[in-house]
Amino acid sequence: MHELSIAMSIVEMAQEEAERRGGAQVQAVHLRLGLLSGVVKEALLSSYEMVCHSTPLEGSQLLIEEIPVEVFCPQCAVPRLVRSIQWFCCPECGTATPTVLHGKELEVVALEITE
Amino acid sequence: MSAEPRLVEVRKNVLKQNDVIARALRERFRAAGVQTVSLVSSPGSGKTAFLEKTLTLLHPRYKVAALVGDLATENDATRLARSQAPVKQIITGTVCHLEAAMVQNALEGWNLNNLDFLFIENVGNLVCPSSYDLGEDLRFVLLSVTEGEDKPLKYPTIFNSADVAVVTKSDLAAAVEFDEAAAKRNIQAVRPGMEIFKVSAKTGEGMIEYVEFLERRRVRSRAAAV
Repeated sequence: MHELSIAMSIVEMAQEEAERRGGAQVQAVHLRLGLLSGVVKEALLSSYEMVCHSTPLEGSQLLIEEIPVEVFCPQCAVPRLVRSIQWFCCPECGTATPTVLHGKELEVVALEITE
Repeated sequence: MSAEPRLVEVRKNVLKQNDVIARALRERFRAAGVQTVSLVSSPGSGKTAFLEKTLTLLHPRYKVAALVGDLATENDATRLARSQAPVKQIITGTVCHLEAAMVQNALEGWNLNNLDFLFIENVGNLVCPSSYDLGEDLRFVLLSVTEGEDKPLKYPTIFNSADVAVVTKSDLAAAVEFDEAAAKRNIQAVRPGMEIFKVSAKTGEGMIEYVEFLERRRVRSRAAAV
């Protein structure tokens, strides 16, 4: 359960950004979360709410965009989305591939603020 | 004051702070020519016994050291000290994984130039450690024969984040009817091409092959660093 410390980093990051913008009020944080990031969406959402409590971010929303796992298929020579994270292979030709292009993301991409 | 929210772009990796420290550590390890290996697994899969045997096999010929992470107790460090290698315990308190800053702090006062191999034993946990880069050259994931062949399918993220898989406690394989082919198939499904070793720290089975692999990797990284 490391979602709590990750939620703390997100809130800290958003707060710093808001302060840099002259103390803007953060209404929402947009996060990209890869399915291979090792972070569970539900746990992160409840941790976020907990961490925001009694801070300037209380009542703000954490909006999560889940990023599927995309691998590079050496046979088809194109990026492909895997059907399951238990099977790292091309969904079209079945070739196994360890090359992960997307799915490890854990990044704050944008904030919704009011000034 | 406008009530209408405005969208501002940020684009910041949440674990940036950890990644920055991990990158600096990796550069230090490379510059000092020390091969760094981290070990992850569930609790009780035999990380410490495996590490103790590894240190003992390498110790006469190489300068080796280890950092071991646990929520509490110094028991592992005491056990590992029997190998004569320098060992430091990292007590994480309630934190369920190691972070790069903990490794950095633990290394304070150590001269990395005096080392050939550094091992970092993570807290026993197959979930949280996967997100945290520690600056290691290689991440080993351990799976004991008593845990079941489908562990890789249950924890694909950590298996995918590792470079090498080690099947431990091979001396118990027959007793628990361990299906080696199924385990290997499952490991390959979540991390195609991953190198797999099967060892018993108790009987020594497979340990020589694995130690030779470490030695080859060290030669290769040193050649690449020149």
